[in-house]
Amino acid sequence: MADAKGVLVCGECVEGGLSAGTQELLGGGRKLADTLGEELSVVLMGEKVADLAQEAIKFGADKVYVIESPLLKDYTTDGYVGAMEKLCKQISPNILVMAQSSMGRDLAPRLAFRLDTGLTMDCVALSIDPDTKLLQQTKPVYGGNALSVVVCENGRPQMATVRSKSMDPLDPDDSRKGEVIAFDAALDASAIRTKKLETVKEEVEGVKLEDAEVVVCGGRGVGSPEAFEPLGDLAKLLGGALGATRPPCDEGWLPTNLQVGLTGKMVAPTLYIGIALSGSSQHLAGCSGSKTMVAINKDPEANIFKVSQYGVVADYRKVLPAFAEKVKELLAG
Amino acid sequence: MNAIVCVKEIPDPETPPAAFSIDPVAMKAIPAKDTPPVISPFDEQAVEAALRLKDALGGKVMVLSMGAASAEKVVKHALAMGADEGYLLNDSAFDNSDSTSTAYALASAIKKMGEYDLVFCGRQAGDFDAGQVGSGIAENLGIPSVTIAKKIEMADGKAKVERVLPDGYDVLEVSLPTLVTVSSELGEPRYATLKGIMAAGKKKVTSWTAQDIGADASKIGAAGTRTKMLKLFIPVQEGKCEIIEGENEEDTAIKLALKLREAKLI
Ligand SMILES: Cc1cc2nc3c(=O)[nH]c(=O)nc-3n(C[C@H](O)[C@H](O)[C@H](O)COP(=O)(O)OP(=O)(O)OC[C@H]3O[C@@H](n4cnc5c(N)ncnc54)[C@H](O)[C@@H]3O)c2cc1C
Ligand SMILES: Nc1ncnc2c1ncn2[C@@H]1O[C@H](COP(=O)(O)O)[C@@H](O)[C@H]1O
Repeated sequence: MADAKGVLVCGECVEGGLSAGTQELLGGGRKLADTLGEELSVVLMGEKVADLAQEAIKFGADKVYVIESPLLKDYTTDGYVGAMEKLCKQISPNILVMAQSSMGRDLAPRLAFRLDTGLTMDCVALSIDPDTKLLQQTKPVYGGNALSVVVCENGRPQMATVRSKSMDPLDPDDSRKGEVIAFDAALDASAIRTKKLETVKEEVEGVKLEDAEVVVCGGRGVGSPEAFEPLGDLAKLLGGALGATRPPCDEGWLPTNLQVGLTGKMVAPTLYIGIALSGSSQHLAGCSGSKTMVAINKDPEANIFKVSQYGVVADYRKVLPAFAEKVKELLAG
Repeated sequence: MNAIVCVKEIPDPETPPAAFSIDPVAMKAIPAKDTPPVISPFDEQAVEAALRLKDALGGKVMVLSMGAASAEKVVKHALAMGADEGYLLNDSAFDNSDSTSTAYALASAIKKMGEYDLVFCGRQAGDFDAGQVGSGIAENLGIPSVTIAKKIEMADGKAKVERVLPDGYDVLEVSLPTLVTVSSELGEPRYATLKGIMAAGKKKVTSWTAQDIGADASKIGAAGTRTKMLKLFIPVQEGKCEIIEGENEEDTAIKLALKLREAKLI
């Protein structure tokens, strides 16, 4: 444990590039590595991912471990945990970070237990304690109502997954140099106990919710699937995307992939408009990174007003038509 | 088809933020007045997932919780929904567990509970939102795991599981026995019927200590942890909300639009 060294980012490749989360982790990981005076490495896994190694270097990595295998074509828990276990045992990283993504949520815990080390999920900040040199992991708990600071004293690597948009990527630098190392994980097909039969895509038309500059979110108080239509129209008018709290998704008024929050999507638009939602901590976990928040709610005591910059206390049904009309007029002229 | 479901008792996660408070020394939430603890919501859905399989294929559903004596209530809740047997790990030796020591204790109990095809957990407990214990139990038991599932079916001696993705889902086939963690996309859990509540009232929940499950003292409670919480605090919100007011709703709406225009937001 004493000789564990270096910061390792577990990278993710998406349609021919590094995921946004990986770029953010390389930015955040660079700071941790520099503070410790240690190296920043990234591992890329997949069937063919070596092409992305240079991109990872531009975004801050000193070393890129490339693990290629047909068995890593699809994400499987056993395949990826097996590969990461081998790499970690070989290079003994001090710190290992991953994104709080579909992959990270599944891979990180299973790997932490395999390596018998400690893990903190869904961190919003990571720093190095100047005295102990331990990784201080800040994680929202109780749905976001409180923050905890956690360390891992016994067990290496110190592991954390990181919430999207909580770290800044570096500007890619073409002149950066790094080392690329092919790593053979010697995977055994018979050790992989899950098989992917198919992926069903349920993509929403228009601007992607996670990337939208404007997000119009509706809550339980919107009342029905039909009543969501004008909210969708307003989102479109503003060039943004429609989102929701969990109840409208649970009720089947909207597809579940429009859910914003702790267990849904993370959004950080310039403008967020929350309509007929109370502002639960779990919902705010997914949108509190918004630059400006606007709330329309009939209850003046609703928590959403505590986090918004502009508020209207009213029945949204009486406000929305005139608001949309005026917005249209302003945008036209 | 035998299933084991792990359920946790937590402070009501729907407690409004204004009523939420913590004890920074004990590093725990102080339950809001008149708000009793509840079964963690995803765990209730995990019970539902197990009961749907039982409805289709028969077999029995066993429920397991580790916690204070009061956690017997969440076990009884699952029994009232239709589960068959309840088990509670209750021993001060389990106090101050983290995900690592919790998973070890639950896995040790599961080994004692007998034959099973599936273990269900919630995707994350609604108190610390860790999302680790399910994977940890599977690792301890040496069985595969599928996390964040919305549908579980059996086919040809294997489980077919739909795993939720940000924009869709994967359909995975996994060998048995397996552990599955359940997400809200599974759908609403059933209500307990009056008959179910009466039947649950008569059932005895088996209570086990650390010794009963043959747990290694160095792996449970504080001794078995891999993480240490240094601090718990409520972040300050310095936000200030400008409430827009007009002569009537229409006027207010127009004022809001103008305000946002002025702030160059639209
Ligand atoms: C572990 C866990 C994870 C969760 N994850 C998420 C998540 O990712 N995302 C999420 O959203 N939730 C999540 N939840 C659920 C969350 O706790 C809340 O239950 C949910 O966010 C509440 O949604 P809401 O604000 O729409 O509904 P409510 O809290 O019921 O609020 C409805 C609001 O609408 C207002 N209203 C009603 N009618 C009108 C009207 N005509 N005009 C104006 N205002 C009106 C009411 O005043 C009220 O404030 C999670 C819960 C748990 C336990
Ligand atoms: N004390 C406990 N008793 C029973 N089940 C638990 C306990 N802690 C966690 N679990 C199970 O593990 C899941 C994930 O918990 P966590 O990793 O703490 O978020 C929960 O949804 C439960 O199904």
